[in-house]
Amino acid sequence: MATQVKESSANAAVLSKEEILRYSRHLIMPEVGMEGQLKLKKAKVLLVGSGGLGAPLGLYLAAAGVGRLGIVDFDAVDFTNLQRQVTFVTSDVGRKKLDAARERLKNLNPEIQIDTYETRLTSDNALQILRDYDIVADGTDNFPTRYLVNDACVLLGKPNVYGSIFRFEGQASIFGFPGGPCYRCLYPEPPPPGLVPSCAEGGVLGVLPGIIGCIQAMETLKLILGSGDSLVGRLLLFDAMRMRFRELKLRKNPECPVCGEHRTITKLIDYAEFCGIRGEEMEAKPLGVPEITPKELKARLDRGDDLYILDVREPHEYQICNLRGHLIPLGDLPRRVSELDSSREIVAHCRSGKRSADAVQFLTDAGFHKIWNLKGGILAWSDEVDPSVPKY
Amino acid sequence: MGVKVMIPTPLRQYAEKRESVDLEAKTVAEALSSLTSQFGELKRHLYSDDGRLRSFVNVYVNDEDIRYLQKEKTALQQGDTVSIVPSIAGGSGITA
Repeated sequence: MATQVKESSANAAVLSKEEILRYSRHLIMPEVGMEGQLKLKKAKVLLVGSGGLGAPLGLYLAAAGVGRLGIVDFDAVDFTNLQRQVTFVTSDVGRKKLDAARERLKNLNPEIQIDTYETRLTSDNALQILRDYDIVADGTDNFPTRYLVNDACVLLGKPNVYGSIFRFEGQASIFGFPGGPCYRCLYPEPPPPGLVPSCAEGGVLGVLPGIIGCIQAMETLKLILGSGDSLVGRLLLFDAMRMRFRELKLRKNPECPVCGEHRTITKLIDYAEFCGIRGEEMEAKPLGVPEITPKELKARLDRGDDLYILDVREPHEYQICNLRGHLIPLGDLPRRVSELDSSREIVAHCRSGKRSADAVQFLTDAGFHKIWNLKGGILAWSDEVDPSVPKY
Repeated sequence: MGVKVMIPTPLRQYAEKRESVDLEAKTVAEALSSLTSQFGELKRHLYSDDGRLRSFVNVYVNDEDIRYLQKEKTALQQGDTVSIVPSIAGGSGITA
């Protein structure tokens, strides 16, 4: 369950001399001024996730003097985070994200209170955690948590400052604002697992979450100050490659199951089930295709067995590291299947073993019977057979 | 009517990596059907098995959601932009 560390909270009704100096560039703006800065000081914002979006959110909201920041996360910092999660530094690798984030934000602004919740946000704890806050900033990276945050915000009547990113494209909006649309008005249902590109199409240009997270931070500040035109009712789309912002109208769906007139969702549900994912079992679930372990593969190759290695990753991944396999990206497999000889024994692999499991399933359906999936992919090969192969 | 269909990043891999496609269509349905006949793999990402537009894929004509127009029967004018906007999950990047 969540651990909540309360820290000294200064008098919220006035600014100290130190605070006046710290926030002077806000105070001299008529749009903020003393009144606005005191609103910021009294504000309570919860960040769900302290990753790519959470980093700029946390840094800028702390710097701006938002009086209380809550952060929900349960992860540890790893090397692959550093490319975009600018809260963390190299020496943080291995530490709990919450510890590193608290230290960094406290260092940035000792005047604010930071509460951390070391837990996965669930249907059991979400209402309790969110209840204390005025605004929720959603920096999650998965659909179950996204729908959970949405529904909890709607049920509690709290605005949900939303951002989402994919490779070099981002979305931002505000959901759950009284009278405004919610995430379910935009997308009533999540995609079924496996249909959205994940593994093969993963990755993100490091600056992108910075840009989208900053937009979320700006919208959060505007909500607190009550000024300007917010993103309520608008979906902002950002394409970094073309450096273009577009805006679409977002309407409240009268038939929305959680915020519509005849709502059917009046309490939090099982979001893993809603998203078609069996939660905790997800990792352990066998993929249902014949597998070979890296050690078995190594032994067979050393014996000189005639095995055909099929690499179903993308060409740019092949350049990072490879097992000298024949490269056919998963997406190209249907039209390039004729390049394969079904009489030979084939071992398919990808980075982690998921895409290649799909490839093995596809090829089995296509009449290939001597085919195995390399369990754990090239990552497991690096761990168990050849550590000189870089992991990514 | 000459219209432009915007392909979102996650679906570009099924459309020869194109960002947009210019085509002739009088309605949204015609535009999407022309698009999926040109790029067959897009079809299962846009439509469910019962032939309905998937609920995590929204379609806009210019800045308006077709669910609040005439859905797929929405008429198109010369120069309209049809945007396909699927839900994306990323908050920090790699998911698998």
